[in-house]
Amino acid sequence: MNIYVLMKRTFDTEERISISGGKIADDGAEFIINPYDEYAIEEAIQLKDAHGGEVTVVSVGSEEAEKQLRTALAMGADKAVLINIEDDVEESDQFTTARILAEYLKDKEADLIIAGNVAIDGGSGQVGPRVAEQLNIPYVTTITSIEIDGQTVTIVRDVEGDSETIETSLPLLVTAQQGLNDPRYPSLPGIMKAKKKPLDEIELDDLDLDEDDVEPKTKTIDIYLPPKKEAGRILEGEIDDQVKELVQLLHKEAKVV
Amino acid sequence: MTKKIIVLAESREGALRNVSFEAIAAGKKISDGGEIVSVLLGDDVSTHGQELIAYGADRVVTVQNEKLKQYSSDGYAQGLLAVLESENPDGLVFGHTALGKDLAPRIASKLGSGLISDVTAIEEGGDEPVFVRPIYSGKAFEKKVVSDGLVFVTIRPNNIDPLPKEESRSGEVTSLDVEIKDLRTIIKDVVRKATDGVDLSEAKVIVAGGRGVKSEEGFEPLKELADLLGGAVGASRGACDAEYCDYSLQIGQTGKVVTPDLYIACGLSGAIQHMAGMSNSKVIVAINKDPEANIFKVADYGIVGDLFDVVPLLIEEFKKIKAS
Ligand SMILES: Cc1cc2nc3c(=O)[nH]c(=O)nc-3n(C[C@H](O)[C@H](O)[C@H](O)COP(=O)(O)OP(=O)(O)OC[C@H]3O[C@@H](n4cnc5c(N)ncnc54)[C@H](O)[C@@H]3O)c2cc1C
Ligand SMILES: Cc1cc2nc3c(=O)[nH]c(=O)nc-3n(C[C@H](O)[C@H](O)[C@H](O)COP(=O)(O)OP(=O)(O)OC[C@H]3O[C@@H](n4cnc5c(N)ncnc54)[C@H](O)[C@@H]3O)c2cc1C
Repeated sequence: MNIYVLMKRTFDTEERISISGGKIADDGAEFIINPYDEYAIEEAIQLKDAHGGEVTVVSVGSEEAEKQLRTALAMGADKAVLINIEDDVEESDQFTTARILAEYLKDKEADLIIAGNVAIDGGSGQVGPRVAEQLNIPYVTTITSIEIDGQTVTIVRDVEGDSETIETSLPLLVTAQQGLNDPRYPSLPGIMKAKKKPLDEIELDDLDLDEDDVEPKTKTIDIYLPPKKEAGRILEGEIDDQVKELVQLLHKEAKVV
Repeated sequence: MTKKIIVLAESREGALRNVSFEAIAAGKKISDGGEIVSVLLGDDVSTHGQELIAYGADRVVTVQNEKLKQYSSDGYAQGLLAVLESENPDGLVFGHTALGKDLAPRIASKLGSGLISDVTAIEEGGDEPVFVRPIYSGKAFEKKVVSDGLVFVTIRPNNIDPLPKEESRSGEVTSLDVEIKDLRTIIKDVVRKATDGVDLSEAKVIVAGGRGVKSEEGFEPLKELADLLGGAVGASRGACDAEYCDYSLQIGQTGKVVTPDLYIACGLSGAIQHMAGMSNSKVIVAINKDPEANIFKVADYGIVGDLFDVVPLLIEEFKKIKAS
């Protein structure tokens, strides 16, 4: 099976966030594989182990994403591709990213494409379904299980806590939800092997795209931190009194009950 | 310039979801006086038209088809695209719900348009509407505008107020016949989790429990408190993984994103993935026995203590208030 994984390098949102020059400051920040893409990579490797084939991990970004691509290779992916848009694209949005990924994938004859359901930084959850639409293949979002039997695919998807069992067929794009699997850590031999695995770098030119083709449709005009909340009030005294005070505060001050 | 806006309505267990009305209000903010057309897809949608008009839609278009009984991306896309072709709108508003998240990017891609997802506020008054959305798991916000093409947004439930319901409003409800062809994904089975009572994403009050609740029975007092306040019970991933409650109650990045007026967090630590789903709540109360717990950082009011002492006392006190 020919499996592609869409991987985004993201800011680790567990870290402190600050703004400088109208942007989220990234000096000193930790960058990781988007956690939902880790599930995608793990699932791809497990499916390859079960059905044979090859796993290619693709990322649109800058040179810095090489580190996360290497990690994916160390987990067990076979190939990595970096579509480096740093020099060509100044501003981008989900339209841009999806357009580039679809252009790359269109002649790859992928049987299965696995994306994450959402990126924890950008948070739109658009890229997977957008790519599927452009490739004119079906997609299933937020999946928690997938079984493949020949061309037939049986999937369980999480829909706000309900689960739907879905039958569909390859070629297909799915997006990974938490609960799909437990991603492995790269092993030491895995890390050694990864150094020799192919990590190709291409640019827009190689896809016969130019800047105008991928010009974003939306524009970010401001980024800011939420207004600093006044420090919360930790109540004091006997528990009974704290509870009385809390109920009064909710009733009279916050007026929510 | 006035804009004609298509708003996708959504129903759940036979009733329209509130987010459908909020989306109409959002449409109004974008339309600059233009027409708001609400679209309803399903196998039996004849009854909801008037309600959408009462909430401010100028017109309603329904697409009724056996194949739209359950949501599927293929079925809904065909139904909706047919409506878009005949209406030729300037903008679209969907709820940022499971359905909206699944469908909107596909429609945007098909139309070659941008899409601003998970909008929590819309600023009017300038040359063009400005959309506010949380990013970085809710730790920051961005303001976005559309630079080219359709104005297409999904809105986070419970953030944009619906317009007051006015039964006296009138408007046309028409139906469009659409042939729904092959569906490439077939729903074989749906396991619906019993969510008796209030829909979490629409609840005004949520009492949420975490691993600190310790057992299924431990959720009983939380349920009692929620019922008393007309709210719903939610949970952290920790509580769901420990099987104290069902995953349908999970709040956070992986679960439901909620914005109640009051969020009472009991025995949950406040992991970033949890906060991504609730940090926009208007008032947050934390009850935790660890004074260092992260949840106190976002709480408006906190009680450091054992939830099994605090929650029953809270129930008593609220009963007194209700009685007076
Ligand atoms: C050079 C550069 C400039 C940028 N400029 C801007 C800007 O001006 N304004 C702005 O808002 N954003 C900008 N971005 C960010 C970028 O446009 C978005 O983050 C991206 O479109 C993904 O959107 P999202 O984060 O909402 O992902 P989602 O749609 O939530 O991601 C869902 C899934 O799609 C896949 N995916 C997402 N992104 C990628 C990717 N890059 N490569 C491979 N797979 C992916 C992953 O599987 C992911 O789990 C820029 C990025 C780069 C690299
Ligand atoms: C990709 C990804 C996605 C995730 N998505 C989500 C998500 O959507 N939602 C989510 O919630 N989590 C999510 N998580 C998990 C998250 O990281 C945390 O593990 C989880 O939220 C912890 O649950 P908890 O707060 O109940 O448990 P804990 O962190 O164990 O906290 C329990 C708390 O209870 C307190 N406590 C114990 N006993 C009592 C008592 N008797 N009275 C009062 N307080 C008491 C303790 O002091 C402690 O603070 C995700 C993780 C990942 C990696």
